[in-house]
Amino acid sequence: MRTGTLFDPIEQDLHTDEYKINMGPQHPATHGVLRLILTIDGEVIKNVEPDLGYIHRSIEKICERDNYRQIVHLTDRMDYLSSHINNEAVCLLIENALEIEVSDRVKVIRTILDELTRISSHLLWWGVMGMDVGALTTFMYGFREREMINDIFENTCGARLTMNYNVPGGLMWDIYSGFVRDTKAFLKHFKPKLKEYNDLLTDNIIFRKRTEGIGVLSKESAIAYGVTGPTMRGSGVSCDIRKLFPYSAYDRVEFEEIFMQGGDTFDRYLVRMKEMEQSIHIIEQLIDNIPEGETLEKTRAVIKLPKGEFYQRVETARGELGVYVISDGKKSPYRMKFRSPGFSNLSVINEIAVGHKIGDFVAIISTLDLVIPDIDR
Amino acid sequence: MHGTERFTAAVHQWLLGMFSPGAAHIAEMVLTGLAYLAFFAVAGLALVYLERRIAAFFQVRLGPNRVGPFGLLQTVADALKLVAKEPIGTKKADHFLYSLAPYFLIISSLMAISVIPMGAGFSAFDIDVGVFFLIAVSSVGVLGILIAGWGSYNKYSLIGALRSGAQMISYELSVGLSLLTMILLVGSLRFSDVVQAQSDYWLIFKGHIPAFIAFVIFIISGTAESNRTPFDLVEAESELGAGFHSEYSGIQFAFFFLSEFINMFIISAVAATVFLGGWMPFHIGDLEGFNHIMDYIPGPVWFFIKTGFIIFLMMWFRWTFPRLRIDQLMKLEWKYLLPLNLLNILLMAFFVWKGWYL
Repeated sequence: MRTGTLFDPIEQDLHTDEYKINMGPQHPATHGVLRLILTIDGEVIKNVEPDLGYIHRSIEKICERDNYRQIVHLTDRMDYLSSHINNEAVCLLIENALEIEVSDRVKVIRTILDELTRISSHLLWWGVMGMDVGALTTFMYGFREREMINDIFENTCGARLTMNYNVPGGLMWDIYSGFVRDTKAFLKHFKPKLKEYNDLLTDNIIFRKRTEGIGVLSKESAIAYGVTGPTMRGSGVSCDIRKLFPYSAYDRVEFEEIFMQGGDTFDRYLVRMKEMEQSIHIIEQLIDNIPEGETLEKTRAVIKLPKGEFYQRVETARGELGVYVISDGKKSPYRMKFRSPGFSNLSVINEIAVGHKIGDFVAIISTLDLVIPDIDR
Repeated sequence: MHGTERFTAAVHQWLLGMFSPGAAHIAEMVLTGLAYLAFFAVAGLALVYLERRIAAFFQVRLGPNRVGPFGLLQTVADALKLVAKEPIGTKKADHFLYSLAPYFLIISSLMAISVIPMGAGFSAFDIDVGVFFLIAVSSVGVLGILIAGWGSYNKYSLIGALRSGAQMISYELSVGLSLLTMILLVGSLRFSDVVQAQSDYWLIFKGHIPAFIAFVIFIISGTAESNRTPFDLVEAESELGAGFHSEYSGIQFAFFFLSEFINMFIISAVAATVFLGGWMPFHIGDLEGFNHIMDYIPGPVWFFIKTGFIIFLMMWFRWTFPRLRIDQLMKLEWKYLLPLNLLNILLMAFFVWKGWYL
């Protein structure tokens, strides 16, 4: 018979070992073809190793072949939930390089659509976040409101997801006549819904217990890994490009940069929820006074950037998107590099997920808000 | 004599008239078995349909509404599709265990359903340890899940199965103890006695405070027993794909799927029987006229209304709450529900001793 105290661990009788499971490339929680190799001890995660490349389409290489007008369209396919913002990044870069000054009208419309895109992206994230922690209904609620935004997009430019409304020098065409009315109708509909979301998920005791204190990302490692966007602001570091390097009409609107200090899953969640409120606030300031003006500046049929290096950064729904171009004066760039927010945000996963259980791990990757085509490009 | 009792007696007489007593007995058993199988299938399909419609109602969409009137035949079509589907398994699976597993679940839920009285004298067995039998038999189901997870040679399945083992063994305690609390009040484990004891007041009113606590505990642990959200860690769609039945397809998957819904039905039926008066009509004290009208509604209708109410409650949970984590799940049971349950039994015993019940 075994002797010993109650607190002696039983050794040797039962041999336990770590084992590896593949999360992905086909897994409901990775939301795309991301493969995560988890080393697990029972349910506790010991190591996470992301394996990328399942949806690599060589976008940067294709850019070296295409001309600048075509490149704008390629960026849709990176972070497809922020397609309008991605397009804008390339357009801004080209406009700055060619020193084209777009009209105020273009700037304001771009900003409004940027914020609508942000809300739409955060809505999808919110729905999926709920689904990842097991509340399936949030998905449908998020999509209900997202549908209205998609309708506005569709009426504006014909596409619901891959917009391509931005072109170098302005917008493809003017906004449709009911744009202001529809946007206002959406805002009116959406504001009370935010409270509904909070009632359904944010204030749910199970959800709180599942997210608070889980996956803490410290300030230092957030900076060290180059994390950006809401993920970083959840750790209390200022990194909003809209504030730090204002573009389009962001310098003329007032809004708050949302910070949380804890850096846990719940804080990252709250940042996004509050950002939606700020987006509403921004749109409200702009929607009533869209100035008159040209929507498209004249550019040459074949755009050629001057020799040199150019960089443009924008704040997508996920963080900082940087576009870097080396031009040798020809009609396509010599080298084009996208600094995608998803890649840096993913790199922090091993740091914050180790020691948590599988269930929490799913919640953690959900709050990193990964879009896999954005990581792989 | 109630309507349902008259019906079963008539069938009995008719069979006796046709066969010798021995043959009639066997024919009765076969008929009962077939009736339960038919009920099993129909209830399963109806519950799947109900779940989908209610889910749609919560999720601001329509749900199945194309096949047949109000989409009633949708689940039938789905079931036929599942039956016709080729079973695809893993090559390295332990084929004996892999094929055996679904039957554990099906048989355990079929046996559990047989003791529940759906009307006066309307259950397959009315044995004197009915409640005990039900708890004992329904815990066989966990074996099926463990075997399925082990047999299918899939790590996700295995994690799901082990979670399920831990979860169902733990919550079995709460289910048993909360029912025991009510048994103290009734003094019999026989289901027909439990129902008969509620002819004046339902047990949840009769035992007031401890009975209500027991009811809440039973609903929580019952939801956990049937592996539904917020305790659906066994399947945990977003974590484990489909959990223990990841590797099953076709009719074997349908077995798992059906038995999950039947388990929900059983839990609801037990809650309705033990706490809400089973097939007994709803009576208010001395309101003769009201009570008389209520008596006109037949017993089985009452039974299904009450069961349906609990089922709706459980579906409501499922489409509202997020999922718990495994350690929170264990903490809830062992640190909160179990001690509370034990205290509640003492409280109930004290109340019964003092005669402080209606």
